Amino acid sequence: MNPAPLTETWVYLSTSPLLGLTLTLLAYQLGFWIFRRSGQQAWANPVLIAIFIIALFLWATKIPYIRYFEGAQFVHFLLGPATVALAVPLFAYWKRLKRMALPLVIALLAGSATAAFSAMIVARWLGATPETVYSLAPKSVTTPIAMGVAEQIGGIPSLTAVLVIVTGILGASAFPGLFRLLRIHDHAAQGFAAGLAAHGLGTARAFMFSEEMGAFSALAMGLNGMLTAVILPLLLR
Amino acid sequence: MINTFALLLLYQLVGEVLVRALAWPIPGPVIGMALLFLTLLGRGRADAELKQNTGTLLQHLSLLFVPAGAGVMLHIHRVADEWLPITAALLVSTIAGLAVTALVLKALTGKMGNTDEKETP
Repeated sequence: MNPAPLTETWVYLSTSPLLGLTLTLLAYQLGFWIFRRSGQQAWANPVLIAIFIIALFLWATKIPYIRYFEGAQFVHFLLGPATVALAVPLFAYWKRLKRMALPLVIALLAGSATAAFSAMIVARWLGATPETVYSLAPKSVTTPIAMGVAEQIGGIPSLTAVLVIVTGILGASAFPGLFRLLRIHDHAAQGFAAGLAAHGLGTARAFMFSEEMGAFSALAMGLNGMLTAVILPLLLR
Repeated sequence: MINTFALLLLYQLVGEVLVRALAWPIPGPVIGMALLFLTLLGRGRADAELKQNTGTLLQHLSLLFVPAGAGVMLHIHRVADEWLPITAALLVSTIAGLAVTALVLKALTGKMGNTDEKETP
């Protein structure tokens, strides 16, 4: 085969959004397949596997992350409409949510403060740089909110995005086992905690258990997002 | 599907315009979610098409975090230098956040005499 057309093809692929987009979907599908095959084991988190495959591919092909993101941004963009879509399960469970309003608000304040400040305290205690500490503060809330907050309080937004996703993976992987250990079986409590501590990734996992767990998770994610967006910049600026 | 998608985009758009116009620190999609929720509350029901399509979208929610997560490549040096504080902070805070939230909620709803809890030994 003549090498010239192949190089041309590569030039096309490495500059068009097609490659980044295809890579994202294939890596996720493979991650999800492994997750299924493992019997939904916590270590086989599909997002983690997908990120690992993509990072490995980009490193091997020397494609810069920015170039990859030009294609993958179409997937990233869907976070917006998906956030809006959370209104639907929220509405479906509104009666139950309303009945529990006061306990939910108290749990929200307690959980939100615990997640943000324990992260900062532990990181500072173990000698992290101030930028890292501030980048960690909003890591429990959904990516767009967390990045905005990080910028306001002196963190690094793109580092926060990564910390947010690692937190989501950790929380989504850990909560089923943790709540078995703590004997918390109520789907409402499990969902609310998962959404508060692990935002959209906790919510995605919660929807796998039941729509009710997903709805409480979506509510917690939205509430913690709003609370963090308003309070953290006031406290830390 | 197109109806649902147009509706979601429209609410996101209104949310984005509102937060910019009023200089709110909250992202547009979160306001869009609140507005769609209020609309559904006002109408008193969500139609089957909307329920089904948003259900499909939300089933694949975790896929949407993959592109931003791959951004770890940009920070590989910082993560390598500070792996201990970062790992410890994430582990401790995530577990503590989950446990505190769920335990507080369990304690409070238990006191209210909520019977929905399905305790099994």
